[in-house]
Amino acid sequence: MSNMTGTSKSIQIEDLQNALTETIERVHAEKDDRKKKKLILQISKYNSKLNKLKSGKLLSRQAKRDLIAYSFIAPNFIGFCVFTLIPIVFAFALAFMKWDGSNPITFEGLNNFKRLFGDTFFKAALKNTIIYCVGTVPLTMVASLALAIILNQKVVGRGIFRTLAFFPYVASLVAITSVWKMLFHPSKGPINNILYTFFHVPQESLPQWFSGSLCVISMILFSVWKYMGYYMVIYLAGLQGIPGELYEAAALDGAGTWKQFKYITWPQLSSTTFFVVVMLTINCFKVYDIAVMLAGGGSGELTTSATVLVYYIYQKAFIDWDLGYSSAVAMVLFLMVLVVTIIQFRGQARKEA
Amino acid sequence: MRSAHRKAIIRKIIVYILLLIIAVLMITPFLWMFSAAIKSDREVFKINPFVFIPPVPKWSNYVDIWTRIPFARFVGNTFFLTIVVTLLQLLTSSFAAYSFAKLRFRYRNGLFLAYIATIAMPWQVYMVPQFILMRRMGLNDRLLAIICLQAFSAFGVFLMKQFYEGIPDDLCEAARIDGMSEYQIYTRIMLPLSKPALATLVIFTFVNTWNDYLGPLIYLKTQNKKTIQLGLKMFISQYSSDYGLIMAGSMLSLIPVLIIFLCFQKYFVEGVASTGLKG
Repeated sequence: MSNMTGTSKSIQIEDLQNALTETIERVHAEKDDRKKKKLILQISKYNSKLNKLKSGKLLSRQAKRDLIAYSFIAPNFIGFCVFTLIPIVFAFALAFMKWDGSNPITFEGLNNFKRLFGDTFFKAALKNTIIYCVGTVPLTMVASLALAIILNQKVVGRGIFRTLAFFPYVASLVAITSVWKMLFHPSKGPINNILYTFFHVPQESLPQWFSGSLCVISMILFSVWKYMGYYMVIYLAGLQGIPGELYEAAALDGAGTWKQFKYITWPQLSSTTFFVVVMLTINCFKVYDIAVMLAGGGSGELTTSATVLVYYIYQKAFIDWDLGYSSAVAMVLFLMVLVVTIIQFRGQARKEA
Repeated sequence: MRSAHRKAIIRKIIVYILLLIIAVLMITPFLWMFSAAIKSDREVFKINPFVFIPPVPKWSNYVDIWTRIPFARFVGNTFFLTIVVTLLQLLTSSFAAYSFAKLRFRYRNGLFLAYIATIAMPWQVYMVPQFILMRRMGLNDRLLAIICLQAFSAFGVFLMKQFYEGIPDDLCEAARIDGMSEYQIYTRIMLPLSKPALATLVIFTFVNTWNDYLGPLIYLKTQNKKTIQLGLKMFISQYSSDYGLIMAGSMLSLIPVLIIFLCFQKYFVEGVASTGLKG
């Protein structure tokens, strides 16, 4: 059996070699350049076939290597492709369509985007998201930097304090927002109780933390509390990268704590601060659950004073089934994140240059 | 010399006072949660005088929450989802990352670019088309949808690749000369070496999946498919004044995350710091 395949193989090789020499002769005789090129291509094909037959392997070495590499990537890439890449492409297309999810799709051009300008609920959502962002980003940055500087000192129980500061970040939102709603309860909560008993704020002017314009303020306070531990860790890593000699030299020159901060810590941390601000801004743009859980009604609906962009995307898609318009709102979110990302890349490039 | 010494002491005192304030701010909500979970509805808001543990602690809140809503079901669903997602994420990400970091193959840069390009893309931008697609695939209202949603993140591949690139190529090269296949190099050399990165990924994925709200909200509609976050939220909106029960449920929902966090804490802090700086 093996002998037979062996002989058939040698016949094949002979055939191929004959075809090869014949084509090579034809190339020499051929005058037309285009035909010549075709024949040369043919020759290389014969050559690779011959090599494969002679070495007795189905795949070349590189092809085999590629296949092994792809087999490593495939499990993740297929999932990633189907559940992330395709929906992203779909999202861009959908922004220019009108669709309710079951009836035929119609092309709308820029109409969805034109509608945005006249939509008061969208404008409120955009405004609140930006106010939330403008409040949360600097406050969280300052709080986490201060926390990092304090916890970078040699103090007893440093590890415990770090863990404590970090825990709000991993704790589930539903659980901790329900505590916050109790603590800040307008009529019964301890915060307002303290304001009433110790600061003599009259009953009728006690703050309504989760309605009206105070909503966004509550969201900001809550976010600072929840996220400062996370950014503190990033700052701690930054602080540990500052060479200790700088401080020693400054101390010898008689620079006090504030001067050391101003002339050493702050400039040395500029790239960390830049990164923290970018991350914070992007995360603020994506806010949804904090708004729904702090300010949402029983079934989670938000009024114009507390609505945010992602809530509006959700509402337009899954309550009104206006998928095209919802995607147009999503594109606004995407553009905002894109701008911040481009700024980040520019900043990094400048640093590296 | 004396005044310098005194200055240092004053500084220390200020630092400790600040620390104390921060610690109080950070921990008060959790202490309140613990305390309110064992109080009756009448005692919950009493702060004058405030008692941390009421004379008759109402431990029954921790029992009642399991019967008032299908809490065990929610906990079971969430555990199932979290464990499956975390395992899949670890396995597929580290697998793909090995290839990107240590193998040379065609279209490598192109494929990796696909991952990089989406890392900055917020999920909220494409969650709607993703839902439509999954509904078409018959995944609506199935736990499998959440698995598909969470298990294949660009973030995981990126994190693992960063780590693998720090492992010297010579190590793989030597193993190849010894006749190991790529799969053996991955399981015997790379995986054991990448424990810190894997631990980081475990916490990120575990915490994210356990705490996720919007994903399950979109996909899981039937009561007995809900996760603990959805279930708690549902309970809060139905019985908004049953504070003791709400707090007891909240306490319970924090325990798994707390355990995971305390176990892997060291790695987590390192992981945040390193991914943070590399951006």
